[in-house]
Amino acid sequence: MIDKRVASVTDAVAGIADGATVMIGGFGRAGQPVELIDALIEQGASDLVIVSNNAGNGDVGLAALIDRGRVRKIICSFPRQSDSWVFDRFFREGRIELELVPQGNLAERIRAAGAGIGAFYTPTGVGTLLAEGKEIREIDGRRYALEYPIFADVALISARRADRWGNLVYRGTARNFGPIMATAASTTVAQVDELVELGELDPETVVTPGIFVDRVVAVGERPWLRDGVFVGGVDLEGRPLS
Amino acid sequence: MTTRLSRTELAARIAADIPEGSVVNLGIGAPTLVADYLAAGAEIILHTENGMLGMGPAPEPGRVDPDLVNAGKQAVTAVAGASFFHHADSFGMMRGGHLDVCVLGAFQVAENGDLANWSTGGEGAIPAVGGAMDLAIGARRVYVMTDLLTREGASKLVAACSYPLTGVGCVSRVYTDHAIFEVTGEGFAVREVFGDTTVDELRALTGLDLADATQKE
Repeated sequence: MIDKRVASVTDAVAGIADGATVMIGGFGRAGQPVELIDALIEQGASDLVIVSNNAGNGDVGLAALIDRGRVRKIICSFPRQSDSWVFDRFFREGRIELELVPQGNLAERIRAAGAGIGAFYTPTGVGTLLAEGKEIREIDGRRYALEYPIFADVALISARRADRWGNLVYRGTARNFGPIMATAASTTVAQVDELVELGELDPETVVTPGIFVDRVVAVGERPWLRDGVFVGGVDLEGRPLS
Repeated sequence: MTTRLSRTELAARIAADIPEGSVVNLGIGAPTLVADYLAAGAEIILHTENGMLGMGPAPEPGRVDPDLVNAGKQAVTAVAGASFFHHADSFGMMRGGHLDVCVLGAFQVAENGDLANWSTGGEGAIPAVGGAMDLAIGARRVYVMTDLLTREGASKLVAACSYPLTGVGCVSRVYTDHAIFEVTGEGFAVREVFGDTTVDELRALTGLDLADATQKE
């Protein structure tokens, strides 16, 4: 029997080593696997290289991981946000290394890693600081920069539902980096609202096939849904409206 | 004295140039305002980099859905006909030339169409680029929405950008509070002036040798 379900978020993040490269899904707060990140904080791995679009929001999730001094380097496209005060402080104090990557190159480098592509030429960034030192090739009159894949030891992502084979469906723009990060890591861990029986996910709607997923863990329904139906009543951070 | 358009008037002016059927990405900040002025009932599809085509307006209070946000991480809605996709597909739409128009802000635009809008290169500033470089080189037409002058009175239209570039030769047209400028391959041409502004005044403000392509009545 194939069963990728694990009982707790603690089990889900077991074995992540010091110095690991960890991809973390999410765009801002949308799709950020906060429960898995909290478990990683608890688990204790340090000296981490984080690959994520942003560098944390507020004081929770990725921001909390940075705040504990556990992140050596972050590879991302948009660290500076209105609520990225934790990263901002660490960066200004020289306590975290930043590799800034244009968002589409970040996505494609992750995709390339999962798809067995050795490197690729992209027009994005050519002629800018972010392509300095990269190989440039002219193809059909247009200039492209050579970009290499980004692999990870672990990907932590968030989805809406999973079955025990690891098939995933997502919700709205919380999908974002989940499907590509799932392909690019040695071990992919997905937190989901609920686990369902094999056969309950319509194969036509599966976004991430289970081949890319190693562990799934249920964390309960997001507060703005009830039995899968949107009910609202929350702010953008998912907190109940008073 | 020249006559200037307000932010919202400029947003409406840009919206008027976006035809029905277009797929459009509006950059974070002021360009987001353009959505409010697109022709009512016209089917114009808004793309957001974080994975949706068919983005709709902000939700009613109490109906905020944290799983539906735009590139600026603001709450949005999905219109009938919307679709969701992952980041590699979303940026493939940009890079692959599938978007008709994007509207971006700018620190500077150069006569050759170079765009600088992601960093002022300041000491101690935290750099952030997001999807700006992909949009700049990917969309078929790149419109810039900006004030013509900085707060200090310097022209944002320049002979060559002094700030770090976002993209090379990528801008199609610049919508400013004073006038609309086309990037022609031989520098800027003034396409339309607002109010009683004259092309000579614009030449004085920018210090550039602007071609006059305004429609004479």
